[in-house]
Amino acid sequence: MLSFFSVALLTATLRSAAPLIFAAMGGLLSERSGVTNIALEGLMLMGAFAAVAGTYFSGSPFVGLAVAIVVGALGGFVFAFWSVTLRADQIVAGTAIVLLGLGLTSFLTEQVWGQAGSSPPVERLPTIGLGMNVLLPVAFLLVPITHWFLFKTKPGLRVQACGEKPEAAQAVGIDVGKYRYAMVIASGVLASVGGAYLSIGDLSQFTTNMTAGRGFIALAAVIFGNWMPWAAMGAALLFGFAQALRFHVQALGLPINQDIIIALPYLLTLIAVTGLLRKSTPPAGLGRHATEG
Amino acid sequence: MSTLPRPTEAGAGAVRPLTRIAGALPTVLSSLLAVAIALLAGGVVIALSGQTPFPAYVALFEGAFGGRRAIAETLVMATPLILGGLGFAVASRAGLFNIGLEGQMVLGGLCAGLAAAWNPGLPLYVHLPLALLAAAIAGGIWGFIPGILKAKTGAHEVITTIMLNYLAYRISTVVIGREDLVLVNPALQATQPAVDNASLPLLLEGTRLHAGILLALLAAVVVWFLLYRTVFGYKIRTVGLSQGAAAYAGISWGRTIALAMLLSGLLAGLGGAVDAIGLHGRYYNVMLGLGFTSIAVGLVGRNNPFGVVMAGLLFGALASGATRMQNTAGIARDIVYVLLAFVILSVSALAVFQQFQQSRRQTTRARGMTYDRAADEAGEPLVEPPPPPRTI
Repeated sequence: MLSFFSVALLTATLRSAAPLIFAAMGGLLSERSGVTNIALEGLMLMGAFAAVAGTYFSGSPFVGLAVAIVVGALGGFVFAFWSVTLRADQIVAGTAIVLLGLGLTSFLTEQVWGQAGSSPPVERLPTIGLGMNVLLPVAFLLVPITHWFLFKTKPGLRVQACGEKPEAAQAVGIDVGKYRYAMVIASGVLASVGGAYLSIGDLSQFTTNMTAGRGFIALAAVIFGNWMPWAAMGAALLFGFAQALRFHVQALGLPINQDIIIALPYLLTLIAVTGLLRKSTPPAGLGRHATEG
Repeated sequence: MSTLPRPTEAGAGAVRPLTRIAGALPTVLSSLLAVAIALLAGGVVIALSGQTPFPAYVALFEGAFGGRRAIAETLVMATPLILGGLGFAVASRAGLFNIGLEGQMVLGGLCAGLAAAWNPGLPLYVHLPLALLAAAIAGGIWGFIPGILKAKTGAHEVITTIMLNYLAYRISTVVIGREDLVLVNPALQATQPAVDNASLPLLLEGTRLHAGILLALLAAVVVWFLLYRTVFGYKIRTVGLSQGAAAYAGISWGRTIALAMLLSGLLAGLGGAVDAIGLHGRYYNVMLGLGFTSIAVGLVGRNNPFGVVMAGLLFGALASGATRMQNTAGIARDIVYVLLAFVILSVSALAVFQQFQQSRRQTTRARGMTYDRAADEAGEPLVEPPPPPRTI
């Protein structure tokens, strides 16, 4: 009996963590290049909606996934245009993207399908057993790839230079804007795929505000993981475990208050950014432009 | 003895208001321009979704301003936004981005709702202020936490307030869900109805207009006075403009931002309260999104109390008009969030252009050159004037 619950709890943890990992790796790339990314939540919602819309009109969830990738790239491009080219305040622009994601997706849901709140059911991505879909292993594969890219490749090291000291990067001839564009667009694509994971992977429809703050939790995982890919994955797994545990507390008869478990990711992140547990060190050039002091 | 002529008071008085208005004009115009751009872009979205934008906007306008009830509804919708927008403005003036207005409003609404549901038989002039005070304290604490955390540990307020938003939702859900609490109704996901003596009185029969709007306008005046006529306000603005200059002037940065966040949260808490004990007559445990709209209000109002009132009225009009638009033109009211996003995007883009132009003008002036607008806009580099011919 216990082993059954352990397996169920394990798979539920993986399933809850996977969308967080997608968005967290996106957020990590963007922040490592120096662009504060609170837009993840909005980008995830856009992806969740685009995936369902694409699947609905084409009949194939893979087309839906492709549409989500394109929409995510577009959303990332808009965010990059504001925060890199226009040099607008990145937090203000991020807030706008969150609202845009929320507004556009719920508006279009009602306009396209004529009902407020949710889309009709669509076909899901194929599963690989135990309720896990094909995107789940991709999420976990992304972690070593992100790590390898950032620490072992030339462009990755340049991304870090852009994030740590944009003026210096500029001075040695690195096109800071170009790298930031690439990373922000990548974050749009990854967050969007995370959203698609929710809508056509875990579920088979879009519902209004279905990400329910997962974009912000992913950002929290980046911070809790101190902007390191493996640690961010660990944080995402911890937060995913907290989500999964909610549904197993009663079944397992654990003496833990459910409300505290739900609040855990937020509480932990709050403590993490204050540096009370250990020092929190964001990229030094986060939010700064290359040509300012 | 000095015989230099002093500028006469009358002369200064005659010039100042005019120059002030002229100085504020570009800001007002650019805010209006931002709204116009947003409406245009929103029209494109409406058109792309297969509807015609023009009748939609006509319905929106009628719903916002067409008649006594519509105007009353606009004021009702504007009330929490003005208070929240003022909260955003105070934090912004101190250099902080308070994205936690939502959580502060949630707790403010919850505490006002609880205090108003409690019935000890107090008279109106005691019970109503008590309920508002409960909201102000709750919101204030929720604003103070990120403020003090930033002051003491440097934790970025954007991250801490986002986390505190979700914690506020949790607290609200837990309290509202308690079966053993007589003040709440878990089945309805709300507090028990507010007693009459703890509700904001109705101002206009046949409408939903309540006294909250007076509270909001009063708050705007108080915030203006605080920011521009008191030492505390001076400290807030100095800290926001330059942390270094403030330190040099002996202003404690940490204390000032913590108190500014307290004030910001307090105002947002009141914003949550007016909806609970003014509009709905009880607190409902739903994600309102008021906090995010308030951010837009603060941004469009350029963190100026008067501007915030105007922007609050504008967004109140959007919110009340959207209901009519949905009913008569069949456009989902969530388009309002799209418009909000567009407003924020265009405001932030226009702010950048303004700053750019300003710095160009300052550079030219500093170098003793005349500012050539046409050349500047054509992107020509600044050229130093040729040195004056030497005369021997």
